[in-house]
Amino acid sequence: MRFKKLFKRNEFYVGITIVALSILIQIRSGQFFTGNNFVDLARAMIIPGMLTMGVMMQIISGGIDVSFPAIAMLSMYTTVKVALSIDFQGSMVFMFLFSTMLGLVMGLMNGALVCWLKLPAFIITLGTGSIFLGFMQAVLKSRNIGILPKPMRVLSKTYLLTAHNETLGISSSLPFVFIFLIVAVALTSFLLRYTMLGRGIYALGGDRDACQRAGYNVNAIQMFIYGTMGALAGFTGLTRAVLMGSCQPTSLIGYEMTCIAAVVLGGTRISGGHGTVYGTLMGALLLTMISNSLILLGVPTYWSKFVTGLLIIIGTGMSAYQALQQRKKLAGKYPVEEEKQV
Amino acid sequence: MKVTEVSKAFGGVQALSKVNLTIKKGEIHCLAGGNGSGKSTLIKIISGFYKADSGTIQINGKDYQKLSTMESIEQGVQVIYQDFSVFPNLTVAENIALNDAVASKKKLVNWKKVYQKAEEALKKINIVLPLHEKVEELSVSDKQLIAIARAMLHKANLLIMDEPTTALTRKEIHKLFTAIRHLQKQGVAVLFVSHKLDEVFEIADNFTILRNGQNVITDSTKNVDHKKFIYYMTGRSFDAELFQPEVSQEQKPLFQVKGLGLENGFSDISFSVYPGEVIGIIGLLGSGRTELAMALFGLYAAETGEIWIGDKQVTIDSPITAIKHKIGYVPEDRLSEGLALGQSIARNMSIANIDSLCKKGNQVDFDKVDENVLHWAQELSLVMQNAQQPAHTLSGGNQQKVVLAKWLEIAPKVLVLNGPTVGVDVGAKHDLHNYLHQLAATNEIAIIIISDDVLEVLENCNRIFVMNHGRFTAEFKNTEVTEQELLAEMTRQE
Repeated sequence: MRFKKLFKRNEFYVGITIVALSILIQIRSGQFFTGNNFVDLARAMIIPGMLTMGVMMQIISGGIDVSFPAIAMLSMYTTVKVALSIDFQGSMVFMFLFSTMLGLVMGLMNGALVCWLKLPAFIITLGTGSIFLGFMQAVLKSRNIGILPKPMRVLSKTYLLTAHNETLGISSSLPFVFIFLIVAVALTSFLLRYTMLGRGIYALGGDRDACQRAGYNVNAIQMFIYGTMGALAGFTGLTRAVLMGSCQPTSLIGYEMTCIAAVVLGGTRISGGHGTVYGTLMGALLLTMISNSLILLGVPTYWSKFVTGLLIIIGTGMSAYQALQQRKKLAGKYPVEEEKQV
Repeated sequence: MKVTEVSKAFGGVQALSKVNLTIKKGEIHCLAGGNGSGKSTLIKIISGFYKADSGTIQINGKDYQKLSTMESIEQGVQVIYQDFSVFPNLTVAENIALNDAVASKKKLVNWKKVYQKAEEALKKINIVLPLHEKVEELSVSDKQLIAIARAMLHKANLLIMDEPTTALTRKEIHKLFTAIRHLQKQGVAVLFVSHKLDEVFEIADNFTILRNGQNVITDSTKNVDHKKFIYYMTGRSFDAELFQPEVSQEQKPLFQVKGLGLENGFSDISFSVYPGEVIGIIGLLGSGRTELAMALFGLYAAETGEIWIGDKQVTIDSPITAIKHKIGYVPEDRLSEGLALGQSIARNMSIANIDSLCKKGNQVDFDKVDENVLHWAQELSLVMQNAQQPAHTLSGGNQQKVVLAKWLEIAPKVLVLNGPTVGVDVGAKHDLHNYLHQLAATNEIAIIIISDDVLEVLENCNRIFVMNHGRFTAEFKNTEVTEQELLAEMTRQE
């Protein structure tokens, strides 16, 4: 029974694809199961991994936010700009705090609009996202900043470990900020599984009216979700600048689609109510592998979009197809069998 | 609990005026009344959702002028809503335990306790359900039992159930009643809102009937019979007359089905409808009646057999072909299948016939649309404010009239009605049936009623086919069969 259920889960097919793809790459290039490739993958997972945690929570709650890349970029740019202008030399903690607060404020603006106007979140965040981006480009006149404030430069040169690849003679280092991903994943898992607020997020996505009747403050949950997404985006934005070693204010444009794709691929239903942290991580991993490792297969990188799209259709299609097959059988829809036991 | 002289008005409309209701400990009390009689308003006042304009509510000896939701819950009043308010995406255990955890202002989830509490609650109503299963995988009746179990986690003294049996099969209703009786033994009072007479008489000790927001009568169910009960509800008396049209079988049948079959649905279905007839097809949920209804309208294409309209054989493989051959279908669930709820009455009525409501150049002739709406509103005595009113603002009976009007618009040769009076109050039900009889008397339409309501079919169809496990197992004339015989045939096991 449990085994049968497995076939209906997206996570199952994503898992199989990940394994198959790794083996394929290993056979073709012999470079997949190497320390430095793993470190590269882990490094590439940091940004999408962190952002998808927030995106997943929103989709579980039945909402969506397409403005978070704009929030991330605006927070990052403002923080770096302010730090440079006052020649900030203090702790990175304050910079992260500042960027997170900026993101939080923007996220709460989204939340307030969603709660107040009761418009679809997609439309509201489409609007606010464009405003945030436009504000950065028009008012702040954003440009690439090549030299970061000193605390950021120090952090971006802090590594957890380094893996050498003897055959290729290259080495990859895992940056310190990888810890942020671990913390984000751990916090999200705990929140969703073990707090009443987390269960409220699932409840909200399952049935809004029932959630309200159960005694939850639906507006408060929504404010929390959009606020958290904003704060997470602000934090991740600055992390991104640390990782890249420079501040490119447009580097996350279009990232919302990648993140939503990863979340949906990982089995989170776009209609809300369903989604798991491990599924989302698998979705993010698969997309990261495609954009990172396809080149090891000898496939040119510009094919990665094509393959990503293909995987979204196949990955989500497989489980949908299973459900469809079952629905096609009349017996599945009407309980003929059950009545026989009368 | 005692409600004394409670009144409530919305705008200028008096929804309740000086209504009394008394429920004793461990009593099963039925609240009945037609649509708009004030039942729902009264429930909402008892649960603290609305504040009464005047009057008092006494619970456990304590008087309340204005009862709040929290006070109501504290005093042990629990409402099971019609939609149960369950979370399809969560497990059975969590559905049962969640509300209680929210109410106790917990911040963290203790999963061990969730399962403990769920088990405890299910024990109280003497039911076993798979705790780890997601609720979306369960049947409607199980969802309802979950809602009851959830209510039991609070100290419930009074359980209010708003039309709890609407979506249940007979077997499931039985399961529900067993659970209710189990609660009764523990001293829990149940206020049971329903207009299904059989059930009221089966389960309730006493009843109260409301009409136009006023008390009509409160009495023991032992002291009245069906007929009296209906009289109290509607203020009209209906004599249960059997429909007996003059049918000459020498005429050619209007509609014929020969050896129709669909895998996993039904097989070898044959019947004919002669001019002037209303035929009934009756069967339990899962007997294949719904599948047959859907096949007649092309929602599922039948795999074997023939369908004849007049002396022409037709192929019905989609609703489009069905409508082309002038087949109308009043579906089982008007809310999800019969109406576009948010759309206006006019739009709902004209959608099936939109092509012939167009002027030259394919523009909708809105004058004609409005004219038609008025015509059908009058014909079917539909109560509405205007044609632009959204369908969801109408009562159940009036909604069903809109669905019927939609199909009458196409001037159907065949009209298939699947559970036409589910959730329709007694008065409107009577009107609908009368109209169908008039329609049949034109001798130009084949009317097929598919239902699990034995009385409805018995009174309104001159010939009745019993469907059991996907086959017709018996055919009766309504004058030659009793309710009990039909029931026995429906539930018979081979």
